[in-house]
Amino acid sequence: MIRLVDVWRSYSLGGQELHALAGVTEDVLDGEHVAVMGPSGSGKSTLLNVIGLLDRPTRGRYELDGREVSDLDDAELSRVRRDRVGHVFQAYHLVARLDAQRNVELPMLFAGVPRAERHERARAALAEVGLAKRSGHRPSELSGGERQRVAIARATVLRPTVILADEPTGNLDRAAGQQVLELLERLNHGGTTLMVVTHDLDVARRARRVLILEDGRVVNRLAGHELKSLAEALAAKRVEP
Amino acid sequence: MTDAFGFAAAALSTQRRRTLLSLLGVTIGVAAVVLLTALGEGARGFVAAQFEGIGANVLAVAPGRVKTGGVPAFGHTTTDLSIADAVALRRALPHARAAAPLVVGVDEVAHGARARSAMLLGTTADMRTIRGLELASGAFLPEGDWDRGANVAVLGARTAAELFPGTSPLGAQVRVGDWRLRVVGVLRPRGLHMGADLDEAVFVPVATAMRMLDRRSLFRVLLMLRSPDELEAARATADRLLVERHGREDFTLITPDAIVAALQGILTVLTLALAGIAAISLCVAGVGIMNVMLVSVSERRAEIGLLKAVGAGRGQVVRLFLVEAALIAGAGGVLGAALGWALAGAVRGLFPQFPAEPPAWAVGAALSVSLLVGLAAGAWPARAAARLDPVAALARR
Repeated sequence: MIRLVDVWRSYSLGGQELHALAGVTEDVLDGEHVAVMGPSGSGKSTLLNVIGLLDRPTRGRYELDGREVSDLDDAELSRVRRDRVGHVFQAYHLVARLDAQRNVELPMLFAGVPRAERHERARAALAEVGLAKRSGHRPSELSGGERQRVAIARATVLRPTVILADEPTGNLDRAAGQQVLELLERLNHGGTTLMVVTHDLDVARRARRVLILEDGRVVNRLAGHELKSLAEALAAKRVEP
Repeated sequence: MTDAFGFAAAALSTQRRRTLLSLLGVTIGVAAVVLLTALGEGARGFVAAQFEGIGANVLAVAPGRVKTGGVPAFGHTTTDLSIADAVALRRALPHARAAAPLVVGVDEVAHGARARSAMLLGTTADMRTIRGLELASGAFLPEGDWDRGANVAVLGARTAAELFPGTSPLGAQVRVGDWRLRVVGVLRPRGLHMGADLDEAVFVPVATAMRMLDRRSLFRVLLMLRSPDELEAARATADRLLVERHGREDFTLITPDAIVAALQGILTVLTLALAGIAAISLCVAGVGIMNVMLVSVSERRAEIGLLKAVGAGRGQVVRLFLVEAALIAGAGGVLGAALGWALAGAVRGLFPQFPAEPPAWAVGAALSVSLLVGLAAGAWPARAAARLDPVAALARR
């Protein structure tokens, strides 16, 4: 379970303090599917980065599966990030010189998984996203949808408990986006917690719960099917959990 | 670790030109170290070969005493070293294989209309054994002629060829100043020996040479013992005898190994100095590696961010970049060692008498230093990569 208690993420800019997150308190249950929406600069990506242990809160408490993780040292933070969290980015972030197979193997490389097992698990992960036959292709030889599916295979190959997707369909056409969402939802149905940052109402509506952020604060929470428009969700501003 | 090598090699292959250029820097640096030390070793070998002709079992007596040790210089003579001294030394050392006095001078040697300047070496028959001289024709200086001084000469190969082109000089007369000498032998080509070209020499009996050159003292007395083990005892005997004859220690006893050791010492320092200068180019190559790695870190910010996002710790990122630097340095080192080796081989091919063999320690040191330079050069960029904030790196900020 993800538990954020009064989490702040502040930056100093030109002597002025800016709050990307300003006291977020939120619980995300195991296996939940949560969408995060909000205007640009509202703190959506920062929230995901803090939850994904890519960024540390300036203050507040963050517990992942019952363990305080905001003050871990670098080595431990890397280990938790590798074992518990899978990241899916809008820009895929595949290593251009490596083929799909080796891109998927990357997290296992740092986890010290033996080579043979790494090959086997990467092949299985690619098969799960329907790219068994594309394992030898480099990113430049794959379509946008295929690249994102490789990225999903990479994010899930170590079987994390949480998948964080930041605009996973942002660069894809409707059909490819649909395929990627179905893939993520399938993983969620298998018990993996899924958090998706999106601007797309259709993507957000598929979530069980939608968090609406504004100025670094969660200003509304609603069920996915209740979401009509971001403007309406912002206007409603229900802050109680 | 093999995975890290594979990852690093793939990363380097994407910046082929830059990688090759920095690799070239290391290659040149290591090749320079290997080649220059090979040349230094060649010089040492060359000098040693020059002294080998005398042998490690030769004791040389020189007139004069040099207080600081080493080889006595001309002009320090205090008492003459006479032929009688040489004879006495020969008698005092009956087990010596050979004993030969030596007088050296330069004069014009002529036959008919042909003349040339030649090195005049006044000595005895034993010089042939001591210097390992081989005859092409005729005989060497007559045995037992220590103080009689027959008017005979043995010509070096080139002197004979130039004064007697197409004919045998045996029995003919050559003029040396006002003197006329009958040629009794011609030597086989011998080349440089301790800096002197014996092919251009004219050997004459020692007493004759002293008269011709108007000398009262010998230049050296060379005593060839049966083995180097006898050197110390012979040195003591010669020392005692000459002090007794001269009344004081006004001579110097020289063993070739002392000269060789002194020269070898100088050449070793010279070799190390050359290797040190060449090693500076390795440091410059290190700066090249650092530059390539810094550019690489800057260009691969998003990749570094991703590596962190998928769980790479700082140590693992540092290791990846250090392996890249080590690969450039290592590959450059191996190529440089091979190039240096090949160049040294080419030098040996062009100058066979110059044994320019790269010493193993120099190759090992050059490879180790190049690797260390690579790792040192990679340390800063690797640290910079490891310290990148993953969020900023992923956003390429």
